Amino acid sequence: MSARVGVVLFPGTNCELDVVYAIEQLGGSAEILWHGDNTTKGVDAVVVPGGFAHGDYLRTGAIARFSPVMGAVADFAASGGPVVGICNGFQVLCEANLLPGALQKNAGLKFLCETVELRVETTRSVLTGDARVGDVLRVPINHFEGNYVCDERTLAALRSDDRVVVRYVENPNGSLDDIAGICNGTRNVVGLMPHPERASDPIIGSGDGVVLLESLLHAATRGAKLPA
Amino acid sequence: MPAFHAHVEVTHLPGIADPAGATVERALPALGYTNVSQVHIGKTIGLIVDAADADAARAQVLEMCERLLANPVIEAYEVTIAALEPQA
Repeated sequence: MSARVGVVLFPGTNCELDVVYAIEQLGGSAEILWHGDNTTKGVDAVVVPGGFAHGDYLRTGAIARFSPVMGAVADFAASGGPVVGICNGFQVLCEANLLPGALQKNAGLKFLCETVELRVETTRSVLTGDARVGDVLRVPINHFEGNYVCDERTLAALRSDDRVVVRYVENPNGSLDDIAGICNGTRNVVGLMPHPERASDPIIGSGDGVVLLESLLHAATRGAKLPA
Repeated sequence: MPAFHAHVEVTHLPGIADPAGATVERALPALGYTNVSQVHIGKTIGLIVDAADADAARAQVLEMCERLLANPVIEAYEVTIAALEPQA
């Protein structure tokens, strides 16, 4: 049975169809989760995709975290369900306190749209279970606010608990400790700035995101499941 | 219930990038202002709140800052409360 992945759609989200396409190409099924509905519809995994949820007004993710669907996503995450936030989705998960820290403006003061190299730092997450530590993946970034920051205690915990999931090989945006993606303490919630769905087929420049999305699909078929 | 005007100033915590401020700081010398430093651009949020008294108004606005108006991970905030003059 193929995994069902819910893809959250806020007003202003713009990467949801890319995620749906990539998931379906890899044999999963995908379903849009409208932000105004307080349910994850019994899916096996949730992706919060990129874009500009609620126009990024006030701060990136600040309004989105109060959308009704986020209550259901938090419950799903608390039950152990796999949740991945990509780019703006990472910002939303940080604002929702499902992940620690915040994303501030890029250190170079530029919007960055380029393919970067990521190093897989742990396989103990729902996004990297099928990868190998040390794998270098070419995956695009597309953001102005991707400069990860957190307090010293949080950084120490991320390091000691092996919760930095992917690091930039060459830091493009000033992120603390070259962090491109992290997971929560129970390793089922992951946020990252790069877009694996945009590296899901060599024909669009790179297929290196496939191992990440396949990891998610495998985690989804294994993972906890909530009633609708 | 009396009404109070709340003025909320949100600024970056020390060490957090302020690209808008940095850009303005670099632009000012072009106009001859070479003695300016530490330009900082934050945001202002103004609102009216109905509350029993100024302390209650302040307490509520501080709570709103923690929950929505600011992100304490990267931002600091200052709240000023003033009683609104009753309309004649």
